[in-house]
Amino acid sequence: MNINTTKVISLLFFVFSAFYLYTAYNIQVFSFDENAPFNAKTFPIYLGYAGMFFSGLKIILPEPNTIKINHKYLEYKKTAILVIIALIYGATILKVGYFLTTSLFLAFSYYALGERRWYLIFALSFPFVGAFMYLLHGVLEIYLRDPFLKTIGVMG
Amino acid sequence: MTEGILIGLKTALTFQNILMVMVGCFFGTIIGMLPGLGPMTAIALMIPITYGFEPATGLILMAGVYYGAVFGGSTSSILLNAPGVPGTVATSFDGYPMAQQGKAGKALAIAAWSSFAGGTLATFYLLFLAPSLSKVSLSFRSPDYFALMLLGLTAIAAFSSKGQFLKAMMMVVLGLMLASVGQDSLSDITRFTFNNMNLTDGISFVLVVMATFAMSEALTIILKRNDPSAVAKQVSLTELGSIKINKEETGQMLKTIPRNSIIGFIIGVLPGAGATIASFLAYGMERNFVSDKEKEKFGKGSVHGLAAPETANNAACSGAFVPLLTLGIPGSGTTAVMLGALLGFGIQPGPRLYITNPEIFWSVIMSMYIGMVILLILNLPLIPYIARILAVPKNFLIPLILFFSITGIYVMSFNNFDIYLMIGIAVIATFMRLYDFPMPPLILAFVLGGLMEENLRRSLLLSNGSWEFLWDRPLTASILTVTVLIVIWHIYKTLKANRTKSY
Repeated sequence: MNINTTKVISLLFFVFSAFYLYTAYNIQVFSFDENAPFNAKTFPIYLGYAGMFFSGLKIILPEPNTIKINHKYLEYKKTAILVIIALIYGATILKVGYFLTTSLFLAFSYYALGERRWYLIFALSFPFVGAFMYLLHGVLEIYLRDPFLKTIGVMG
Repeated sequence: MTEGILIGLKTALTFQNILMVMVGCFFGTIIGMLPGLGPMTAIALMIPITYGFEPATGLILMAGVYYGAVFGGSTSSILLNAPGVPGTVATSFDGYPMAQQGKAGKALAIAAWSSFAGGTLATFYLLFLAPSLSKVSLSFRSPDYFALMLLGLTAIAAFSSKGQFLKAMMMVVLGLMLASVGQDSLSDITRFTFNNMNLTDGISFVLVVMATFAMSEALTIILKRNDPSAVAKQVSLTELGSIKINKEETGQMLKTIPRNSIIGFIIGVLPGAGATIASFLAYGMERNFVSDKEKEKFGKGSVHGLAAPETANNAACSGAFVPLLTLGIPGSGTTAVMLGALLGFGIQPGPRLYITNPEIFWSVIMSMYIGMVILLILNLPLIPYIARILAVPKNFLIPLILFFSITGIYVMSFNNFDIYLMIGIAVIATFMRLYDFPMPPLILAFVLGGLMEENLRRSLLLSNGSWEFLWDRPLTASILTVTVLIVIWHIYKTLKANRTKSY
């Protein structure tokens, strides 16, 4: 049996399904529902077994390794930076507010991807987000909490 | 019926209602084009506005938004491989490869004509068959729905897996598992939330779609930026190409459209099925209708592969109105939102709607046809401008896709937990896509998860826990037999192919 990344992913999925199944068995149902033909844990239990069945088949059935990925061409660094910027965005949006965090998220993302024209970085972040925010907040009346704009007196 | 049609036509052709169809179609197209903002969001935003109008006008406006969003959704599927609407996921299978070959204009034109033809044909079916079709969908029971959903999931796994059936089935199970997170619909018992309050209501469908398609697509483009094969594909994307469809392609479409409009319409009529299953099923069925030579082109920019789901998803939109207007049962998530709006108007949809409120029933049907014409007039001339999105450099396009995805999620819940969850799912999806794990089966399974559990629950409770319901009714047994045959055939094919490759 060849060990390749697909089989490793299938093995991880098998373990995940086993954990899901274990959690499904531990779902607390009402006592009067315990012996009912169908309760809150019935469907998840079937799903756990189905996951183990299909991933188990994938692990044990012979399969030639047909997926060739050349890792030296993959941009792991830039992708990771984008993910980190998005995580920081998630961590700050409630405290700082939509306008500033979203504008900075866009500006840093453009920069991280190699853009160096500052006028374009600026135009497609701060004014762009401002216009979009006006559409959401002003026209469609979707309330956007923004402590930063409130502090500087732009938003009531 | 003739009297009803005339009343409907009179109502639909008033200046205000034609204007509403136009506004709805335009607004819907723009919303549908933006990855993540689908018809449900668009209609939900429209509900407060519609309460200012007559019920017929309000419903006409929402129907226009619905059609426009499905129509516009195909644009982002083709140009960005980022479907904002689940009904247009199958469109990306051949639409995106066609765009990568420099035929983006042609792909958009094929999608526009197929949508128009599918929607128009289905409107005629709806016009003549609505009363009798409601009886057909009434005869479906829980075991039949459960079996039909199993068939839908197996079919999508079989047809979208490119020979990797087991991988696709794993994604189906993963989608169903994700759908099981949150409160159980009947007992309200929380499942798989690990005491996290943010998961009590379950994971939002929009979040999963945005994470596995828009965001993961954006991350994959960056990840493969220096990959020589990927770079070659991206360069060809900057060429729009002609929007003219040649004779051979027209001939192919003329064969594909009628049969898929019927498939789409029938699936749309079945409550719970809707445009998503219709488009996937049409894609799979079409592959079986065409010659072996054409079959090879599927997934690489086939005209049949693009026209089939586009025809079916628009036909299903018309079909979805049958159970909504005649039974009061929504045929899809979007028509469920519309049901809520109708109830808000004080109208109870049901078998007597077209007797008590003929102007509503028939004017909506009539305005659908008008909507189709307006959409075609609106979309075809705008194709060259819409396709300009391709010219936006990746340095700007990728952050903007991320921005629309994250904003789409944030404005739904104003909760940063959803942003973290979305990033987590997107990172896992990006990694799995790298190893050819298909995402469409996961999405369909996620949409159907709740409904599937509900129908299995009803079937098992009605049969006192016995599994006999699976073969008690000939209809259930037939659907399940087809499902089992698909599973066995594909596992056999996978084994055979692997053996051949090993030698």
